[in-house]
Amino acid sequence: MTRVARPFIPATARRLLPNRWDFIAFPLIIGFLMVSSSGIRQTWAPLADLQTEIISLDPANLPEYALRTTLRMLAAMVASLLFTLIYGTLAAKSRRAEKLLVPMLDILQSVPVLGYISFTVTFFLALFPGRVLGAECAAIFAIFTSQAWNMTFSFYQSMRTQPRDLAEVAVNLRLSPWQRFWKLDVPYSMPGLIWNMMMSMSGGWFFVVASEAITVGDKTVTLPGIGSYLATAIVQRDLHAVGWVILAMVVVIVIYDQFLFRPMVAWSDKFRLEDTVAQAAPESWVLNLIQRTRAIQYLLRPFGKLLRTVARMRMPFSLPAAIHSESRTPLSRVIDWLWAALLVAMGLVAAWKICAFVLAEVGLSEILHVFGLGLITLLRVVLLIAIASVVWVPLGVLIGLRPKLAERIQPLAQFLAAFPANLLFPIFVVAIVHFHANPDIWLSPLIVLGTQWYILFNVIAGATTFPNDFKEAATNFRIRGWQWWRQIMLPGIFPYYVTGAITASGGAWNASIVSEYVQWGDDKLAAHGLGAYIAQTTAAGDYPRILLGIAVMALFVVLFNRLLWRPMYAIAENKLRLN
Amino acid sequence: MPNDTHQPIAGKEIFSLANVSRGFRKGGDERQVLDGVNLQLHEGEIVGMLGRSGSGKSTLLRIIAGLIQPSSGDIRYLGQPLEGPPEGVAMVFQTFALFPWLTVMQNVEAGLEALGVEPKERRKRALAAIDLIGLDGFENAYPRELSGGMRQRVGFARALVVNPTLLLMDEPFSALDVLTAETLRTDLLDLWSQRQLPIKSILIVTHNIEEAVFMCDRILVLSSNPGRVVAEIKVPFPHRRNRLDPAFRKMVDDIYALMTSRRNAHTTQKMPLELSSPLHEVSTNLMAGLLEALAGQPYNGRADLPEIAQTLLLEVDDLFPVAEILDQLGFAELKEGDILLTTAGKRFVDASTQERKVLFAEHLLRHVPLAAKIRAVLQERRGQRAPRVRFEQELEDSMSDDLAQETLETAINWGRYAEIFSYNDHTETFSLEDVEGAT
Repeated sequence: MTRVARPFIPATARRLLPNRWDFIAFPLIIGFLMVSSSGIRQTWAPLADLQTEIISLDPANLPEYALRTTLRMLAAMVASLLFTLIYGTLAAKSRRAEKLLVPMLDILQSVPVLGYISFTVTFFLALFPGRVLGAECAAIFAIFTSQAWNMTFSFYQSMRTQPRDLAEVAVNLRLSPWQRFWKLDVPYSMPGLIWNMMMSMSGGWFFVVASEAITVGDKTVTLPGIGSYLATAIVQRDLHAVGWVILAMVVVIVIYDQFLFRPMVAWSDKFRLEDTVAQAAPESWVLNLIQRTRAIQYLLRPFGKLLRTVARMRMPFSLPAAIHSESRTPLSRVIDWLWAALLVAMGLVAAWKICAFVLAEVGLSEILHVFGLGLITLLRVVLLIAIASVVWVPLGVLIGLRPKLAERIQPLAQFLAAFPANLLFPIFVVAIVHFHANPDIWLSPLIVLGTQWYILFNVIAGATTFPNDFKEAATNFRIRGWQWWRQIMLPGIFPYYVTGAITASGGAWNASIVSEYVQWGDDKLAAHGLGAYIAQTTAAGDYPRILLGIAVMALFVVLFNRLLWRPMYAIAENKLRLN
Repeated sequence: MPNDTHQPIAGKEIFSLANVSRGFRKGGDERQVLDGVNLQLHEGEIVGMLGRSGSGKSTLLRIIAGLIQPSSGDIRYLGQPLEGPPEGVAMVFQTFALFPWLTVMQNVEAGLEALGVEPKERRKRALAAIDLIGLDGFENAYPRELSGGMRQRVGFARALVVNPTLLLMDEPFSALDVLTAETLRTDLLDLWSQRQLPIKSILIVTHNIEEAVFMCDRILVLSSNPGRVVAEIKVPFPHRRNRLDPAFRKMVDDIYALMTSRRNAHTTQKMPLELSSPLHEVSTNLMAGLLEALAGQPYNGRADLPEIAQTLLLEVDDLFPVAEILDQLGFAELKEGDILLTTAGKRFVDASTQERKVLFAEHLLRHVPLAAKIRAVLQERRGQRAPRVRFEQELEDSMSDDLAQETLETAINWGRYAEIFSYNDHTETFSLEDVEGAT
């Protein structure tokens, strides 16, 4: 049942693009966030009579809450998929769109997920005044923002790396763009897309928990679900309820994995391009059941037929057909130039508007202070990723070299990575409150509580796939001890480690918003840091400061990725490749 | 075997293996990979271990290297019982096994560093080895920057630099192209003949018959499933050997005959396939191709195996399985290192695509019991469907899981070509759907 093969590289880790357009994408996105909240604030009033359900801590309600949370996850996944197919296609097929869309995606995924929510919640509530639907949309949108970017990158990259011969066959067979999309583009991208969906989904549980009960200013939105159950338990200081919600989450994740993802991964295996059969093809008992039960097949047949018919239609409209055509006429060059100028102008306007919006309320000294807080959080992320690495890399290697053990530990590590660590926060907080411990130190571990497992399971995967010949050569030449770690094993697993560490650090930045500022009943604990700043300004509904906090964090994340992870990833790709 | 060679009398014994077996447990009983192997290695000789895939020759090499433990038997290295990886035994790998993140120099030095040699001395010895093997100028290159031949030279330098007593080589030339492999072989033999190498003895594992005759002083031929030493051949020719020398060709021919006939060594009768016989992945295209080549010029229905292997650029591991299955199917016959086209084989060559399928189906059902069994089970069952596991489990009772998979995959491919049944990989079921004339 277990797959210990090399995981796909998270799509975000290896984009191969120019970054000067980032300077335009950055103000555009922050500006967009600003507009979505400030333009809407006039319509804030109807929210007052929003009826929110009272959350009951009776465990008997948990199955229903869990179901509603799961449905939110599903809705977000569907939205992410639609977004991915459209946005990814546009970015891959139009040179001009690519110039803007790809850097935008890069910035979008650097913005902390919980940062979006304080802005979008006002937007959606105004869209559906006085109805729960608005709050639902806001929560779904929060989950969407934790999933969509990753998937879109994966899809875009698959489209750009399509083998030339397959693309030529599509042209040769005179497939219409619509037919080609379903015959080539989507199937070819499927394995990477599904893997990234699974990774995104792991992250999604964290945000669904965080986004079901939010307070922006004096408005509190509570949606029935696992997250709001937890929030209520925290307010009422009910540790039993925390225990129940942890149990419910475990069950939900296991069911989700068995009934949705494992079948999907096993199914997507047929889209792999290699002609050779994988050593261990992914297996799923649910998929076997579906494929081998004739009754189910019979029921599914009409749907399959419908999909096939739709995919075969030629479709009158045309997608931009040419991928990066070589020949460029003088006219098209002028249009390119105008397009670039327009983008630059838009970027400048957005930057100016943001400055005006923020500076109207916030002084220069506070901006510097926020950068200082950013440095503290940066230090926290770096230190804890380093500690987690020192612990999990050696352990991961030792586990990975024992295939039997790895087979048992690997699903556990994957499960722990998916488990929303914020459900466990109350337990830590109770302890910190009880011992009067220093929150600046003892809240820190929370930011890697959930994401450290990415390091572990990637290192295990790396050690498991470490070539046997290398192990034999090391033994034959009697290489042992420190020399063995330094020259053989650490370089061997480095690419896997970097993959895991990138995911872990991305998660840590996001987690800082919920883990630097926590509460238990009326006890509120805050560590110094940018995460706490964003959380506190959100609770106060102070938009210029939320915007400032989010912009600074996005900036830190972008720089951190560019200056640390990209170069490390390049080393892993170029120097440490096994063939 | 007579011992009237011109070779120097073999020197001191380095390794001795007595009655070495290696097996794996399978459903309560033990299956042998190696069965009662006896072998001595002496100073001053190059010994070849020749066998096909599944003969356990690589396993035997790894037992000598101390990388895996035998299930039973006595192994002595320089008179002492072997415990773990011995000092003074260096290995060259088929895949080179160079660490991609270390430069040529660092790769060569790694073994010295492990022995605790001082950095200055290390550098001196590594440079000397790099020089000897013809790699000077590449010290700072990474393996990925080198061609296959140069990579394997690094593999040699890395092994030689630790001054091993015994050099083990696991198909060291089989990942290289023909010309590069030949250059490397002669370079190595020159160094060996001129006594420029620190090593006392070399053991080569190979499936290439010519290579074994070209390089070795003594050749051990291993049988497959389980691996046993079935013959020991002394090669009396002095180096450099001439591949076109009639005596050389004769020896190659004899070994071909030995390796194709060894299955029916005890009986003169051909042993028919059984339900539990392993089948090796041979594509029907390759079968048709070999039959056509045999029928055409210059063979006209009869060919010398080494010759046709060379013309068709087929390695022994490619040629033997296809020749043998054609023999089993009755399309060809193997005799004294030759392959002959039968009447049925001739008919197959002359037939149209559709007729070929019919003919193949007929022979498949008659000679391959597994194919016949699958077909029969399908015909018996209501709905004419059967899951893959039905046959998989039966095969796994009598062979390793991997071999069972390969056997079943092979049967599926042949059965699909012959259109005697169809198979759906998603549902993993056999059926008679879409099979013409199936009732």
